[in-house]
Amino acid sequence: MPKLTAKSATLLVLAALIAVTPFFFPSGYYYRIGALIFVNGLAVTGIVILTGYAGQISLGHAGFAGIGGYACALAPTHLGLHPSLAVVLGAVISGVLAYLVGRPILRLKGYYLAVATLGFGILVSMVLNNERRLTGGPDGIAVPELGLRGLLKDWGLDLTNGEFWYFFCGLVLLIGAWIALNLHQSPSGRALRALHGSEIAAGTVGIDVARVKLQAFVISAVYASVAGSLVALQNKFITPDVAGFMHSIEMVTMAVLGGAGSVLGAIFGAGILTLLPQALTVFAEYEQLVLGLVMMLVMIFLREGLLPSILRKLRGRGE
Amino acid sequence: MTLLSVEGLGIAFGGIKAVHDVSFKVEPGEIVSVIGPNGAGKTTLFNMISGVYQPGSGRVVLEGEDVTGMAPFRLAQRGMSRTFQNLQIFQNMTVLENAISGFHLQEKGPVLADLLHLPSSRRRARAADAGARKLLARVGLERAADREAGNLSYGSLKRLEIARALAMKPKVLLLDEPAAGCNAVETEEIDHLIAEVAASGTAILLVEHDMKMVMRISSHIVVLDHGEKIAEGAPAEVSRNPAVIAAYLGTEEGADADG
Amino acid sequence: MSELLQFLFSGLTVGAVYALVALGFTIIYNASDVVNFAQGEFVMLGGMITWFAHAAGLPLPLAALIAIVATAALGVAINKLAIEPARGAPVVSLIIITIGASVFLQGAAQLVFDKQIHSFPAFSGDTPLRIGGATIQPQSLWVIGGALLVFVGLWLFFTRTLLGRAVLATSNNRLAAQLVGINTNFVMTLSFALSAGIGALAGVLATPITLTAYNVGIGFALKGFAGAMLGGMGNPKGALAGGFLIGLIEALTAGYLSSTYKEAAAFVVILLVLFFMPQGLFGRKSTERV
Repeated sequence: MPKLTAKSATLLVLAALIAVTPFFFPSGYYYRIGALIFVNGLAVTGIVILTGYAGQISLGHAGFAGIGGYACALAPTHLGLHPSLAVVLGAVISGVLAYLVGRPILRLKGYYLAVATLGFGILVSMVLNNERRLTGGPDGIAVPELGLRGLLKDWGLDLTNGEFWYFFCGLVLLIGAWIALNLHQSPSGRALRALHGSEIAAGTVGIDVARVKLQAFVISAVYASVAGSLVALQNKFITPDVAGFMHSIEMVTMAVLGGAGSVLGAIFGAGILTLLPQALTVFAEYEQLVLGLVMMLVMIFLREGLLPSILRKLRGRGE
Repeated sequence: MTLLSVEGLGIAFGGIKAVHDVSFKVEPGEIVSVIGPNGAGKTTLFNMISGVYQPGSGRVVLEGEDVTGMAPFRLAQRGMSRTFQNLQIFQNMTVLENAISGFHLQEKGPVLADLLHLPSSRRRARAADAGARKLLARVGLERAADREAGNLSYGSLKRLEIARALAMKPKVLLLDEPAAGCNAVETEEIDHLIAEVAASGTAILLVEHDMKMVMRISSHIVVLDHGEKIAEGAPAEVSRNPAVIAAYLGTEEGADADG
Repeated sequence: MSELLQFLFSGLTVGAVYALVALGFTIIYNASDVVNFAQGEFVMLGGMITWFAHAAGLPLPLAALIAIVATAALGVAINKLAIEPARGAPVVSLIIITIGASVFLQGAAQLVFDKQIHSFPAFSGDTPLRIGGATIQPQSLWVIGGALLVFVGLWLFFTRTLLGRAVLATSNNRLAAQLVGINTNFVMTLSFALSAGIGALAGVLATPITLTAYNVGIGFALKGFAGAMLGGMGNPKGALAGGFLIGLIEALTAGYLSSTYKEAAAFVVILLVLFFMPQGLFGRKSTERV
């Protein structure tokens, strides 16, 4: 039997989970939760590239999710763009913005990046809250229908709304994971991981550290943006919360909880933190308490994250 | 044209002159060693030449181009590479990946091709992979290729770092104590490796405490004491120089006899 | 003219709060190289605990004292429980830990107190003082005076006392400090207590003007950091000047440009500083050891 590469193994596990889990859904509502996990997983995959591969941090990636989301709300009505193109427009704006913001910030180290990204996220959410005439302010704004489900129906594939978004988001997550895994083993990805290992040594082998950091920042911004677009399109509504500070924190926490170094681990983390509020109805009140606690505990005791630690244990037992 | 020329290089930390007015030249295929007692400023000198520190005064000229204080990655593009006294290995990667990253300048390409796993990206990665395996074989690490770099022995990591630097086919290679912490067998292996690399035309600039090794392989020696150059010349000349003996060799030979 | 003076007064008032936060950042940064993102939560706790104790019937000075001591104790707990166990961790891990502490404290404040906006009476009444056609609240003088007093106190502590010099020595070289017999763990504890206490004091002084709620901390942290960075990370003088400058920039932005986007001023300053003078106004160049 040919040996499975880590990449195909990850993709197979992911695809199998997406395909099989619906058989165990007690009700249609669970499709919605599944789709939410996939969207969060997508955003967190971007964090894996930035934090897990390149070792950089962002506390403002929700800002890019906000841009992606509001692009889907605004571009169709104001520019007459099809919602699917609005997703692309949002991603482009996010990428360009990440480039412009990242250029000065990424020349410097950790703390500055954290603060500047934090400020950037707050700025975006401030604009979304304050520019009422355009964004509807804190109450949010309606988002047009993507229209893909109707198209599929014409082709004879009749899915409920929940089913459609479940499988559609699952597919996008698979593509996102595939891209992130491609990057991992590619020359560009190696450069990112090298600078994570030692910035000084990365320089001596000719890696333009500032440039590749910027690449990682832009790529992860595009992930967050697309995730934000998907949330908006699925809910047909969006509020500035998507760009809020707590959403940025959620993304980072999901990534480090599952294991920022691995795509599957991070998606696993996204799954746990998305399910938690569903399982505990009182969770809403404790959300910040729990998120903060998880961030501290994981960084102190399980720096690799949950999934890699579990796998290591299992492997250790097997040998 | 001189390959590497160091002209009056100096730096001060908090008013204290760590290195002062040091000049020397390195030609292709030469092995130039910088020696001196601990704290003489050897590593500081290396850090200035390789762009890690901005020199306070003086110039570094590489093939006629002033590269003083240039960022390490730009120096790498111009053919200068280095290893580190206290090892700078990518601990988060395998041994093979560490070696491959030495090929960065050859394997890098459009990031979009890498994201989409296009044939061009795979071709670049395959070439680097093959080159890296050859290099690992050359430094005797081919069987450790898939191990986590962090799990290697100290001597192996030293060789891995040299392999990574060699991957760039540098014109000048700065080696900061390549044999430190290695046993006699490992030292001899590194010794051969350095001679071999120099024979292929690469200039070597070496900081090393193992005097026997320095005397054996150097074509030229620069002696530092308290941040200043006190002597330079062929190994035989330097070892007879009274100033050098006073500053350095006397104490070091005693230490050597113990080891 | 009186309009400008009015803006300057309000800028100096908020600037004093930011200066206190920036000083708190600086103390911990110097002692441990950690940037403590929970710094703003100390301000929040100072305000919230004082409000809570005062509302429970305690006299205001006692309530304030309890708030400052309790917050200082919390600061020490954060150091012991979250930061010391992670010594030597990469910067990214430390950022996540202190941000985690910040989010945790917000969550805890929500549960222990509530999600409402609170205040308590100003120390010397609400009758504004008239100066040159503009007015200033007596409480503003408390805040500005407090910041200056803390700065002078810190300066005396660091230059005139043995303990203060031990802290400075630790910040210069931890290992060397240990070798000459300085208990660096104690220095860390002291730094967190001092820093948290100063943050809480800022909260106590500012709440009658700025009001407080469980979620005000992150804004203070961001602006305090902007101030510390503008002044030059690790430099107390810079932190003081930087904090006041950020306050003034914010007030002038609010007055002449847009009050909705005054919050953005700090962020723009961060970006400009990064662009044009990464070392800050009073900063020194740092050299990485290899």
